[in-house]
Amino acid sequence: MSNRVINWFRYASPQTFYPLAGQLIPWFWALAALFGALGLTIGFLLAPTDAQQGEGYRIIFLHVPASWMSMFIYLVMAFWAATGLAFNTRLSGMMASALAPTGALFAFLSLWTGALWGKPMWGAWWVWDARLTSELILLFLYIGFIALQAAIDDPRRADKAGAILALVGVVNIPIIYFSVKWWNTLHQGASVSLTKAPSMAAMMLWGMLFCALACWMYSIAVALTRVRTIMLERERHTDWVRALLADKE
Amino acid sequence: MLRLLRAVISRDLRLAMRRQADIVAAMFFFIIVVSLFPLGVGPEPAQLRRLAPGVLWVAALLASMLSLPRLFADDHRDGTLEQLALAPQPLGLIVLAKVIAHWLVAGLPLVLLAPVLGIQFDLGADALVVLMLSLLLGTPALSGIGAIGAALTLGVRGGGVLLSLLVLPLYIPVLIFGAGAVDATVSGLGPQAHLSLLGALALGGVFFAPWPTAAALRVALE
Repeated sequence: MSNRVINWFRYASPQTFYPLAGQLIPWFWALAALFGALGLTIGFLLAPTDAQQGEGYRIIFLHVPASWMSMFIYLVMAFWAATGLAFNTRLSGMMASALAPTGALFAFLSLWTGALWGKPMWGAWWVWDARLTSELILLFLYIGFIALQAAIDDPRRADKAGAILALVGVVNIPIIYFSVKWWNTLHQGASVSLTKAPSMAAMMLWGMLFCALACWMYSIAVALTRVRTIMLERERHTDWVRALLADKE
Repeated sequence: MLRLLRAVISRDLRLAMRRQADIVAAMFFFIIVVSLFPLGVGPEPAQLRRLAPGVLWVAALLASMLSLPRLFADDHRDGTLEQLALAPQPLGLIVLAKVIAHWLVAGLPLVLLAPVLGIQFDLGADALVVLMLSLLLGTPALSGIGAIGAALTLGVRGGGVLLSLLVLPLYIPVLIFGAGAVDATVSGLGPQAHLSLLGALALGGVFFAPWPTAAALRVALE
């Protein structure tokens, strides 16, 4: 039993996790490239043209994965935040702060590609639709998290404060989502909605899935790269970082 | 427990009364922001009536946020907060008392002022009543959620701006249901649904907010 617990926490220490992350990163990059190539090939060359939306619909191959990832990364971030608060592990906080910029990037990409799609389809760059609004709020939550962590000098305190904020935010996300939805349906008729035609061609679905996997692998690779940098920065006074840097020189 | 609650509330109220200028300044901020809108968008009564719920609610959000940084900052500076954290009673309870005191000082005056400003926007009597009710239900939630932000930014540089960045996205549900209740009354639908949800948010906010706030205070005091 005790053995298992030790194994569980073995990689919770930056010293052991740093080389592991270094070994994993190329694999995730390779997977991201592979899935990306597959997804984009299907998306741009094989998937049929949409009957109603023409070629413009092809932006969903970036848009939908970006939206998924923006929400998923927030959940992962909140998970690491909770783990950090519960077990007081240093690495959890680093993971949370390494994930935040990627999550914010995807939230922004999702809004940006949505605007590019909305202009030809709806005739407007921006509509106060429930989904758009809640995605915008998600972006605000990410920015708040990053700003709070940037404002606190002591990294341990920054981690804990950020963790509390992330957890409060994750409680709020369903509330925000539904409140925005109800508010919207009261204000304007459902003239626009993101729900697509129910029967999506199988090819389109495959392309989207591969692109989502590519985005996922990309997120992991980037987060691991970032967490490695954060580890070096925060642990610069420890022996293992000194030894590591001495080896490199 | 109740004695502690009462003691902290009366202490905070007494401190606030010694610095009445702060309360009055927040109130005048509310009045000025609301009065700016007719100047900005033009004085047509029909348009003002449509804008009124949103404008009044946004102004109330900002006004109640103005006094948030001082919720814990003064106690933090003179060391009172550390003593409170060391007290045998749970810190969450003390936070709850401070939230109630903040609401009495920063939320309740907004509720009382709002109808007067609503008249400026040509709201009907029933809409004014609902506006007061919605503010009465919503402002406790604002104080509760705001306390989390105030505790997180305690002693952080650039705390004021950061506080608004953290707290305003979390205020959005309160804003939507608060303004929605008044809007529903103006447009002839009943405000019941919005008010119920607002009440739920207020109860949830006031009940749950002290926990993360206490956790954040402990982080800040470390």
